[in-house]
Amino acid sequence: MSLDAVILMLVAMAILWGGLIVAIIRLNRHDLPSLDDVHRDL
Amino acid sequence: MSGMTSTTNEAQRRGAFSSRKVFIFAAIGSAVGLGNIWRFPYVAYENGGGAFLIPYLVALLTAGLPFLFLDYALGHRYRGSAPLTFARLRRKTEALGWWQVAICFLIAIYYAAVIAWALRYTFFSVNEAWGDDPEGFLFGDFLQAGDPGVTLDVVVGVLVPLALVWVVVLLIMALGVQKGIGLLSLWFIPVLFIAFGALVIRALTLDGASIGLDALFSPSWDALAEPGVWAAAFGQIFFSLSIGFGIMITYASYVDRHNDMPGAGFVVGFANSGFELLAGIGVFAALGFMAQASGVAVEDVAADGLGLAFVVFPALISEAPAGALIGVLFFGSLVIAGLTSLVSVIEVVISAVRDKFEMTRVGASMAVGVPAALLSLVLFSTTSGVYVLDIIDHFINQYGILVVAVVSMVVVAWGLRELPSLAAHLNRFGSLPLGRPWYALVGFVAPVALTYVLIDALVADIKEPYEGYPAWMLNVLGWGSAVAVVVFAVAAAQVRWRPETSLDAESDTLKKEIQ
Repeated sequence: MSLDAVILMLVAMAILWGGLIVAIIRLNRHDLPSLDDVHRDL
Repeated sequence: MSGMTSTTNEAQRRGAFSSRKVFIFAAIGSAVGLGNIWRFPYVAYENGGGAFLIPYLVALLTAGLPFLFLDYALGHRYRGSAPLTFARLRRKTEALGWWQVAICFLIAIYYAAVIAWALRYTFFSVNEAWGDDPEGFLFGDFLQAGDPGVTLDVVVGVLVPLALVWVVVLLIMALGVQKGIGLLSLWFIPVLFIAFGALVIRALTLDGASIGLDALFSPSWDALAEPGVWAAAFGQIFFSLSIGFGIMITYASYVDRHNDMPGAGFVVGFANSGFELLAGIGVFAALGFMAQASGVAVEDVAADGLGLAFVVFPALISEAPAGALIGVLFFGSLVIAGLTSLVSVIEVVISAVRDKFEMTRVGASMAVGVPAALLSLVLFSTTSGVYVLDIIDHFINQYGILVVAVVSMVVVAWGLRELPSLAAHLNRFGSLPLGRPWYALVGFVAPVALTYVLIDALVADIKEPYEGYPAWMLNVLGWGSAVAVVVFAVAAAQVRWRPETSLDAESDTLKKEIQ
């Protein structure tokens, strides 16, 4: 793989997968589900 | 307390997700569909490779997520199916909701057929039933497709799996919002991510994988100057996120009102795009192997849609070591991704029928599902099914979903000027305050971008008949479908609501719901 391609693949991973992780953390910090919620969902 | 009671009653009457987590899984299940796997990789490759990341991110942040928030705001505030939501917004806009419902009905009947094909191919993968001619097998042995036209010659090999898909879908829909859609998503989305993750790992360990990844990610910076590349990015984000045609309005109406909807939207949006990236890596790693094994360039094996799934991948499965495993993981992923999207599409119709006619869950599921299944079997289990599917899919996407999305945005943003009240609703419990930048994106950027995509498609279809199909097929099945959904919408909006359904957003009961 060319260096350009490697860098862009890593940047895409960092932004999209990193963005997902940040979004999940933000959401949970705002309002964490209780054990009761988890039990009820299943 | 009375507000809590009315919420509970509403949830019992219409159905509801038991928590925000279930809603997020269901929304991801809807967004992550066949297009993520077989459309995104090729669109990215064709439109600048690694450089496509820039317009793609711009489209996600300036149009995709803002539009997703608009759908969430409408459904979550007015707590109804698409027609009920629009009727509560303004009585005269109800037809917009029915337009979305009719589009979903059409999509559901052909989407089920593709899932049925993928289901058959999951089993074909085990013994590589296509032999050394996957294309001939697909159109000859499996679909038995003749010349383009419309026939009623049944193909039993398609009829049986298609009937099976509809039985499963009807069972899920009859089980309801939480026990059907919710639990399906809660269990199968992790399975999808694990199965597809395993496929990607297998693809990355094939010889030549790096050639494919190089082809996908090597940037062509000049592409950023081409309007068509930006249109492709906005089109990909728009079609991928399940926005603008009632799904997210319906799902958001099933979420408890004390919820951070923009926060949930970020998770859904990035999960959808994250899966697209995963699909791009897996598909192009596999295509790199295929190119190397065949001694050709990646561009000679790169494809999208049905060609990628049912011609290129079978050929690849035949070439690769442990190809059967790749086949089962690939087609199994298509089945799961398709099923979780199909239930969201058909739920738009069922929810609308329930709201309008105050029907039971099982009654509405059967009233919608049985005719849909029969129509699907008649149209798509025949020797002409693949052509009918291709035409309806193209026209209903371009001139159904795109048009209704743009019209809805313009009506809500400019006609009714409802964006401030919708933003205020989301801001009550949202972690991301929505204000003027959101108004600008939903009221201007997204409609302008999508209108450009629409005009681009229209010019292409006028210049050259789509895929060279006979004019009568394009007129009747293509343009006919796009017009029929509008006619249906106008007619359905004339049907009176039941007296027990409140359309008045200012009524005491509804106020308690929507505050």
